[in-house]
Amino acid sequence: MIKSKKLEEFTKKHESKIKDIKHMLYLFRRSLLSMMGLILVLFVLLVAVFAPLLASQHPSFVEVTSERGTERIEERWSINFDEKLLPPNSEHLFGTDDYGRDIFSMVVYGARTSLKICLLVVIVSTIIGVVLGSIAGYFGGKIDEIIMRVTDIFLSIPGLILALAVASALGRSIEHVMEALIFVWWPPYARIIRGQILSVRENQYVEAARSIGASSWRVLFKHVVPNSFSPLLVQITLDLGAVLLVAAGLSFIGVGATPGTAEWGLMISTGRMHMFHAWWYVTFPGLAIFITVLGFNLLGDGIRDVTDPRLRR
Amino acid sequence: MLQIQGCEGDFVKKKDLLSIRKLKTYFFTYEGVVKALENVDLDIYPGETFGLIGETGCGKSITALSVMRLIQEPPGKIIDGQILFKGEDLLKKSEEEMQKIRGNEISMIFQEPMTALNPVYTVGDQIVEVLLLHKKFLGLSIRDIPKYNLLKRRKIKKKIYQEAFKEAIEALRLVQISDPEKVAKQYPHELSGGMRQRAMIAMMLACDPSLLIADEPTTALDVTVQAQILELMKELQKRKNTAIWLITHNLGIVAEMCDRVGVMYAGYIVEMGVTEKIFDNPDHPYTRGLMGAIPKITEEKEQLEIIPGTVPNLIYPPPGCRFHPRCKYAIDKCKQSPPPLVEVEKDHFVACHRYEEVKHSVVVKRERKA
Amino acid sequence: MTQDTILKIDNLKKYFPIKKGLFSLSKDYVKAVDNVDVFIKHGETFGLVGESGCGKTTLGRVAIQLIPATAGTIYFMGENLTELNKSDLRKLRPHMQMVFQDPSSSLNPRMTVKQIVGEPLIINEKLKGEALNKKVIELLYTVGLNEQHLYRYPHEFSGGQKQRIGVARALALNPDFIVLDEPTSALDVSVQAQILNLLKNLQKKLGLTYLFITHDLSVIHYISNRVAIMYAGRIVEVSKTKELFEKQYHPYTKALLSAIPIPDPKIKKKFKPLKGEVPSLVNPPSGCRFHPRCTKKMPICSKIEPELKEIEDQRFVACHLYK
Repeated sequence: MIKSKKLEEFTKKHESKIKDIKHMLYLFRRSLLSMMGLILVLFVLLVAVFAPLLASQHPSFVEVTSERGTERIEERWSINFDEKLLPPNSEHLFGTDDYGRDIFSMVVYGARTSLKICLLVVIVSTIIGVVLGSIAGYFGGKIDEIIMRVTDIFLSIPGLILALAVASALGRSIEHVMEALIFVWWPPYARIIRGQILSVRENQYVEAARSIGASSWRVLFKHVVPNSFSPLLVQITLDLGAVLLVAAGLSFIGVGATPGTAEWGLMISTGRMHMFHAWWYVTFPGLAIFITVLGFNLLGDGIRDVTDPRLRR
Repeated sequence: MLQIQGCEGDFVKKKDLLSIRKLKTYFFTYEGVVKALENVDLDIYPGETFGLIGETGCGKSITALSVMRLIQEPPGKIIDGQILFKGEDLLKKSEEEMQKIRGNEISMIFQEPMTALNPVYTVGDQIVEVLLLHKKFLGLSIRDIPKYNLLKRRKIKKKIYQEAFKEAIEALRLVQISDPEKVAKQYPHELSGGMRQRAMIAMMLACDPSLLIADEPTTALDVTVQAQILELMKELQKRKNTAIWLITHNLGIVAEMCDRVGVMYAGYIVEMGVTEKIFDNPDHPYTRGLMGAIPKITEEKEQLEIIPGTVPNLIYPPPGCRFHPRCKYAIDKCKQSPPPLVEVEKDHFVACHRYEEVKHSVVVKRERKA
Repeated sequence: MTQDTILKIDNLKKYFPIKKGLFSLSKDYVKAVDNVDVFIKHGETFGLVGESGCGKTTLGRVAIQLIPATAGTIYFMGENLTELNKSDLRKLRPHMQMVFQDPSSSLNPRMTVKQIVGEPLIINEKLKGEALNKKVIELLYTVGLNEQHLYRYPHEFSGGQKQRIGVARALALNPDFIVLDEPTSALDVSVQAQILNLLKNLQKKLGLTYLFITHDLSVIHYISNRVAIMYAGRIVEVSKTKELFEKQYHPYTKALLSAIPIPDPKIKKKFKPLKGEVPSLVNPPSGCRFHPRCTKKMPICSKIEPELKEIEDQRFVACHLYK
């Protein structure tokens, strides 16, 4: 009894929000491609989350001290030369690689790695970009000038080359790749949100908030930023796919994932040598990248269509 | 005499310039069908100024856009009705035929002169564009140009353009712009709001239309500039004998400018007649409420009269008379059938089942100050 | 400053600098408010009338220090606002509030009514939970809404209701003085009537003082006790409302009154409309700013700016015609 009453109160409280969400879902459902994007992304997410249940082989995580004395955790897979380079069969759905490791399991665990990279890079970049861009856009004047010039400087740094430089200086690892990417990924976000804020801050509710005594920070982060966020949301979703491609590419050329890690780009790189007699080695990781990036792109398009103010009532 | 079917008290006279009968325009949206116009009837006589008043959402602009056949389809659609302009039904015309009418016989000026004027063309060029579409210069129209060979074409185009430009300058002079040669070469953003609106009027009157539709032409302007523009419109009307259909929610402008007035509520006309009658002694309960709600400099009031309730949702409009939920005279009949617009006196039309009772009920006495 | 004056403004100036480029030495200013003197009494409704670009909106905002003044003094309830530091000013904030013009953009579209009306209470009185809920509902009832509206978003309301929410927000901190910046200009006639009635009733009930900014003279006539007419950043005439409509002294006031259409077909226009346009506030005309458009102009008008003088009981005019 109590439970249903609480539910009733909850729905009443959030009636409008619920209506809004329903409307957005309706618009979303109408676009088949967006739905496909959502399904693909959810699929990859679930695979990553339930990796241990789906895979037949599991990596172990070993603490390693590199030559430079830094401590790291490395992924190790058990090797079985008897089973090397087997084509897909009932036991190994995607076949095995040149060390006898089950490719299906590696692809499944690779989802974890890839998603970890995407999400971390994009989320951290967003936070940096939003904070800097908001302050620049809202306060204007000299602060705006300084922040924007800093943004320009960072924008002119080539991301790939920076990643290569970091890798050669500090050693190859996924963490270094992520750091390098974050370094160059935040400036566009700062610009996008600054542009939105320049127009949002002219709204009267911003003035109204000041008139009731809100401090500048409160006005900025409670009123201005939430109303400036939508264009950023679309960009973020599309960027998830872009980061994935960049990270896979870096691993492919040997900067990034350490050998032995189950990372899709790395697997394709190693699989190149065996491409003609063991097609499954490059194909399945390649497909995985393709599906994930496609999913993000379609989802991003869908979100953009849904948040387009002209399509709303 | 024209045969019009199905409206009570057939009152179409041959002298009507524009006659709208039972116009229905609906919009098909995600949330349902917005029944924006439901049986609109109105008449505009040649050379007069007709005011269409009503509050936001009542459908005044949509009526004008329907007449000009500028309704976006989808989501909108003109479902039914007749729009007789000089005796011909505009709803039966093709798009090509409508293009010959727009800008030429019926022109429309809009509220925001900045967005209605194209910012990348000079003012003079825009007026020339209208002129070239509908008029001939040196005996030629631009549609004749393809007949000539390529070499001659450029020369002829240039000549026609120059003639048209001269006329554009005269059009600007007519709207009391003091340096028309200079202004014709300027871009819209270089002009003030008042000047832009004048340029817009010049553009729309360039082809001597018989009907000028003005949708909130002065709302975006300063009060003193507004007075200038209204004065200008009155003068031009006298000179060219253009009928002006003025759409606004500003009752002051209507009182000053209009010979006749139509009052619109929730998609249909509730009362129509001569301005003095509508303002001083209205007979429809909504019009009464409206007139009572305006603060007037000539009265001393403690409280303004309020019409209870709010404007109805046009997706689920009230059955019968759409005003009945807010009307203190409403009876059962009002909930069942929508009242037709009936000529109750000479040139006075009311859409109310209980017109007789309302007319004779006590009206709040207005104390007029000297 | 007498006992019954709640706001006294002297020599108020508000100039907005215009950026001219990185290397220019001189600066241009938009002189939105240029030497304004005005006072408002406890409990009255003081109207401020003018066309767009005359500075009335800026004056309203500077009066309660939403924007800082460039020069001049503002005495509010005995305190000189222009000399207060930030935290002292914040303490006075609850006493002076504002209602904004555009109901669609003065409410944050992502906040519920409860959040909007409750925010002043959360910031200033640190109310929470049940106490906050109760106070918000009370405020909603005061403006003619009810608790059903608590969790709705602004876009679900009509213009008039949104404006009521704005009024509720302004009342939350029990202010003494409210600046209303064209509160009914964006509303339909019948809705305007409701809001004006509401404002009148609230004033009586709560003892509020209003600064009512508008360009609509009929509304001023209905709601205000005294009126100031503003032109190009200066006040040109101040008077008791009734008397202003009976007789106008300043030529601009006369022109303004005759320019505004009256919703009564029997009253016809008396004067020809004013020529010219509202002057730019960057380079206003020399001397009296109205002189280029004035039909009664004298040689002195283009040289010396006339001062606002009291020529009759409570009637102030800034014009060389009156000594």
